[in-house]
Amino acid sequence: MTSVLVVAGCSGGGEEAAPQGELYKDPVTLTWWHNASQDGPGKTYWEKVAKDFSALHPTVKIEIEAIETNQLQRTRLPAALLSSDPPDIFQAWGGGEMTEQVEADYLKDITDQAKTEVGNIGSAAEIWQVKGKQYGLPFRMGIEGVWYNKEMFARAGIAAPPTTFEELNAAVTKLKAINVIPIAVGAGDKWPAAHWWYNMALRACSVDTLKKASAEKNFDDPCFVKAGQDLKAFIDTKPFQPNFIATPGQNDPTSANGMLANGKAAMELMGDWNRGTLDTVATDKTKLASFLGWFPVPAISGSPGDPKAALGGGDGFSCAKNAPAECVEFLKYIVSPEVQKGYADTGTGLPVVKGAADAVKDPALKSILEATSGASYVQLWLDTAYGSTVGTAMNDAIVAIFAGNGTPEKVVSAMKAAASK
Amino acid sequence: MTSANQIRMPAGGASASPAGPREAGRDSARRADNRRKWYEIIGLTTPAVVIYVMFVLVPMGFAVYYSLFRWRGVGPPTEFVGLRNYTLAFQDPIFLDALRNNAIIVFGSLLIQGPIALGVALLLNRRFRGRAVFRLLVFVPYVLAEVTVGIMWKLLLTGDGTVDALLRSLGMGGLVQAWLADLDVVIWTLLAVLTWKYVGFAIILLLAGLSNVPDELTEAAAIDGASWWQIQRHVTIPLLGPTIRIWMFLSMIGSLQIFDMIWVTSVPAVRSLGASATMATYMVDNGFFARLWGYGNAVAVILFVISFVAALLFQRFLLRRDIEGAITGRAK
Repeated sequence: MTSVLVVAGCSGGGEEAAPQGELYKDPVTLTWWHNASQDGPGKTYWEKVAKDFSALHPTVKIEIEAIETNQLQRTRLPAALLSSDPPDIFQAWGGGEMTEQVEADYLKDITDQAKTEVGNIGSAAEIWQVKGKQYGLPFRMGIEGVWYNKEMFARAGIAAPPTTFEELNAAVTKLKAINVIPIAVGAGDKWPAAHWWYNMALRACSVDTLKKASAEKNFDDPCFVKAGQDLKAFIDTKPFQPNFIATPGQNDPTSANGMLANGKAAMELMGDWNRGTLDTVATDKTKLASFLGWFPVPAISGSPGDPKAALGGGDGFSCAKNAPAECVEFLKYIVSPEVQKGYADTGTGLPVVKGAADAVKDPALKSILEATSGASYVQLWLDTAYGSTVGTAMNDAIVAIFAGNGTPEKVVSAMKAAASK
Repeated sequence: MTSANQIRMPAGGASASPAGPREAGRDSARRADNRRKWYEIIGLTTPAVVIYVMFVLVPMGFAVYYSLFRWRGVGPPTEFVGLRNYTLAFQDPIFLDALRNNAIIVFGSLLIQGPIALGVALLLNRRFRGRAVFRLLVFVPYVLAEVTVGIMWKLLLTGDGTVDALLRSLGMGGLVQAWLADLDVVIWTLLAVLTWKYVGFAIILLLAGLSNVPDELTEAAAIDGASWWQIQRHVTIPLLGPTIRIWMFLSMIGSLQIFDMIWVTSVPAVRSLGASATMATYMVDNGFFARLWGYGNAVAVILFVISFVAALLFQRFLLRRDIEGAITGRAK
């Protein structure tokens, strides 16, 4: 702690001019907050990365704190950033929240130091930019789609994964006919249910409208109401498990991904990280690997939205404004091809750097990689893109539709009201 | 007999005993005595007062101050909005749901736990074999951490949990329902869990109160031919009055501020739909999760004012005889 302060004090002011030789001269302790808090390959891997970096640069000591996502994002980080002693390097999500952090001058501008890395990552790095400047780097990125049970699909006589919602509805009917729960949804945690609406919006709205909504918090386009109507129509076909309003999203045998992992439901809409979470809740991992498949969210015919557009997002890290210069070096190390390959190897998510893709072995993850590169436009999760205030109100209003006491119009009015709160 | 008299008496006695013949000497001795008393008061209370000011009054002041801003918790608050956060809260149907749920828990706790606790306490106050074991069992739920109890009941109640299985095996499958997910049922489920957890506390308090009821009175009543029930009705319960009122007070304040059990046991979606929200969970959901820090502070201030007013009213009208002079004013 003291050494950090000393280094920060010394380097302040002359930081830009500091020659490369100054790096690694004084002993430095970096505090690192990430969200791989559950014991598993993700957590172990970050420990290894920190140890390897210290071995390469003996002056740098890294202290890790692994904090559960909600706690990290909602309470620990905001409070720490307000104080004079934030962690040096921490989980950052891009979108609305990061814009607020940049406006409050919390984050280090790494545009000049990370040019090579940004080039290697490509368009995914844009999510960690604010007004053209880079404030963080992603280590994981992927799009969302439907995870499904190939064996159940075969049993129900579904020839190929659905590409339109008409085909999806037909598949739902066939699955019901063989007494299988067609789709599991963790509406209890709100966001897994809200993601269905996001995908409806992605299909109903043009890319321009979506971009304008993120930048200006403008939700006037009627396509946002259409998204709710499409969702309502879909819920009315009863594709989900009973009592879904109480079902948690993930990491629990009774959760939606627990149902898919253990053969109790045929489909689940979820991001690329689901491969790792399914593994942790599956009672038989080999069986899971044998039946698990993935397909992109189907298109809605007759909608103005781009059928090749996808919803996605990732995880990244940022350095605090006054973190020592070594922080940026460590950040660059995390997204180096070697570290990214090792990350891909853990199977907990998709790497972002070119060249690391070969390390992805799992067939489901491979199809996500293909779909990600084939997507015409990747829209960041709407609750992240719009910031927590609009995001929370939006998710709550969407869940109300699931619970049967919300309306498509109320979702939009709740978003507008929250933006002014 | 006032407290002021009690303090003056020993002081007078002390100054009389040295038997100083001169008035001046007695005066200075009394002054020295007085000064020492003040040193003692200041010395003994300063640490407590400093801690109280730093960790209670100052944060409360900040909460009131922040509640007047539109503030997302990023950077210092700059956008002053006056009382807008307060009006927004009372316009939000979910906040009104939270208020209603708090009221259900306050009155539900008092009306359900009170009679149960009194009945069990009176029974456990009789001498019988295994009484200590029963007393222990009754108190166990209260000793468990609230979060532990919450998770335990969540597991028993969710999906096709143990409770549902039990009901089915007893042939009461018709009663099975979505205990924690049905928007109309969840608050009553939570009330039942809270009752299970806190009724033991009420029983232990009442048992402590019962041990202060003098045996002579009940024996005298028995000799006069009163039945067991008549003794309870006319001697024991009236003497338990102060204990019952203190329990009601603690139960009411705890129910207004309830957070842990609701947060852990209820489902986030059900909570945010208002079915199981309380003022405290509403505050956290809006303050931290929706990052409306100014708004969250306003809700915190509303919760404080409601609890404070409820506490004052309770003391003014129900606790007056029990704590005369301690809080609400000078003794007569």
